[in-house]
Amino acid sequence: MKTTEEIFNLLKDKFGESIIELKTDVPVEQFIIVNPLEIDKVCIFLTSNNELAFDSLMNLSGVDDANGETKKDEEGNTQTTGGTLSVYYHLESTSIRHKLVLKASTPRENPEVSSVAEIWRVADWHEREAYDLLGIKFLNHPDLRRILMPYDWDAGYPLRKDYKNPEYYQGMKVPY
Amino acid sequence: MSLDIENKTTTNEKLKTEEMILNMGPQHPSTHGVLRLELQLEGELIVNVKPHIGYLHRCFEKHCEAMTYPQVIPYTDRMDYLASMYNEFGYAIAVEKLLDIKVPERVEYIRVIMGELQRVASHLVALGTYGADIGAVTPFLFCFRDREKILSLFEMTCGARLLYNYIWVGGVSHDLHHDFLRLTKDFVDYFRPKIKELNDLLTFNKIFIERTANVGILPLDTAINYGITGPMLRASGMKWDLRKDDPYSIYDKFDFDIPIGDGRMGTVGDSWDRYYVRVLEMEQSLKIIEQAIAQIPEGDVTSAIPKRIKPVVGQVYSRVEGPRGELGYFIISNGTVNPFRVKVRAPSFVNLAVINELCKGHLVADVITVLGSIDIVLGDVDR
Repeated sequence: MKTTEEIFNLLKDKFGESIIELKTDVPVEQFIIVNPLEIDKVCIFLTSNNELAFDSLMNLSGVDDANGETKKDEEGNTQTTGGTLSVYYHLESTSIRHKLVLKASTPRENPEVSSVAEIWRVADWHEREAYDLLGIKFLNHPDLRRILMPYDWDAGYPLRKDYKNPEYYQGMKVPY
Repeated sequence: MSLDIENKTTTNEKLKTEEMILNMGPQHPSTHGVLRLELQLEGELIVNVKPHIGYLHRCFEKHCEAMTYPQVIPYTDRMDYLASMYNEFGYAIAVEKLLDIKVPERVEYIRVIMGELQRVASHLVALGTYGADIGAVTPFLFCFRDREKILSLFEMTCGARLLYNYIWVGGVSHDLHHDFLRLTKDFVDYFRPKIKELNDLLTFNKIFIERTANVGILPLDTAINYGITGPMLRASGMKWDLRKDDPYSIYDKFDFDIPIGDGRMGTVGDSWDRYYVRVLEMEQSLKIIEQAIAQIPEGDVTSAIPKRIKPVVGQVYSRVEGPRGELGYFIISNGTVNPFRVKVRAPSFVNLAVINELCKGHLVADVITVLGSIDIVLGDVDR
């Protein structure tokens, strides 16, 4: 069993700059912020190290942090520029029984995160969902397609905070 | 015209063969809802299965962001609509963790009784429809007859049979009906022998075993890597149940076993094992219900319900052992009355993803067997 702080120190020694910060001031859950383009390497280390053995990814969720600049135009529509999108990873070891939360933030304009689908197959559909609903691109993902929304949905990513319903979808009025 | 017999030979070299794509669903009776499976076939052998989901997508997570915390509960009902009580249970626990409140003991007992009744009801649908998928229609009717009795108990408690809005953050909406515990006890006594009846009728039926044993074998390491949880993981031979391994509510007070698959009819982790683990789990649920009825204290069930739910800034990932596996809620609060982000880790969604691994090399008819043994609810897959 290792605490988040111990794991943070371990990772910091191994990966240096890629491990950005340990967040402890939030209630309920502590998490480690990791460079989004290095997350796959960090995760390979977390699974293969015998003292950590994170063999299970419980959950992977994309989040729109909504920390950019928000502007309202004359029609009352909000438009966000800047800020970040984040991906949260909830890991668990079924043998050692400890847990870990990782976070990777990526700029909203060009959101790119390394895929962990090859490490935990469970991440495959979760990453597709995050791509589908938030538009986060997972590099080296084996099959990055929309999953819940229609394949021909072209009105943006619904879970972004500035998402606006389209007036028409494939020539049909929304709401019909 | 004379027949040229020499050239009429039909050897394999002369037959033209090619891979075929076949769509199963979205309106196929045994896909348990609107699911489309794109089967890549070589003759009748499966090369690849590609599930296409999203036909029932209702933007649950987007809805949550516009709702206050208590308003989300009726929406959780509509995800896994065969296990609504458990969805509410999981959500309530997650928000309570954010708020850091403790609920009265009686509420915990009521939640456990409801949760376990729901697990039995949900497994009855799984087992019954599984038989029906394979061709045994009678057990289906038997299962639904008994499930109806559980739904009547729920109706008595909160007025609804499927979508309850009963378990609230900090409590339950109102106390039990004064006859509820007696009738639940009666149901447990009535239902025990019915499990044996189901076993005689379906579980140890030779035709059923022939169809399910050694079909769709899921090795344990694949299962963990794919994030499989619940009865499916246990059928692959791992003693993993969040009620014991990451206890929540008051599950540590009860004495029950975790049944696992032992490959009795074929190989560990085959479809029959997945089926049989659910049968055994129903017995364990009855055991928990009996203990809970014996121990339930008196008390006020609404005293801890907060008037206004406004958690501090923070986040929580909280999980419970739903009938289909690990049901997790990841909630981020930004200090307002609306959740900033709610992400649901739906067990059906995760479990369905493994179907390609299970079906490869089997026949088309076995896809039905495998899909039924995964026990998905499309409302849970698509949310």
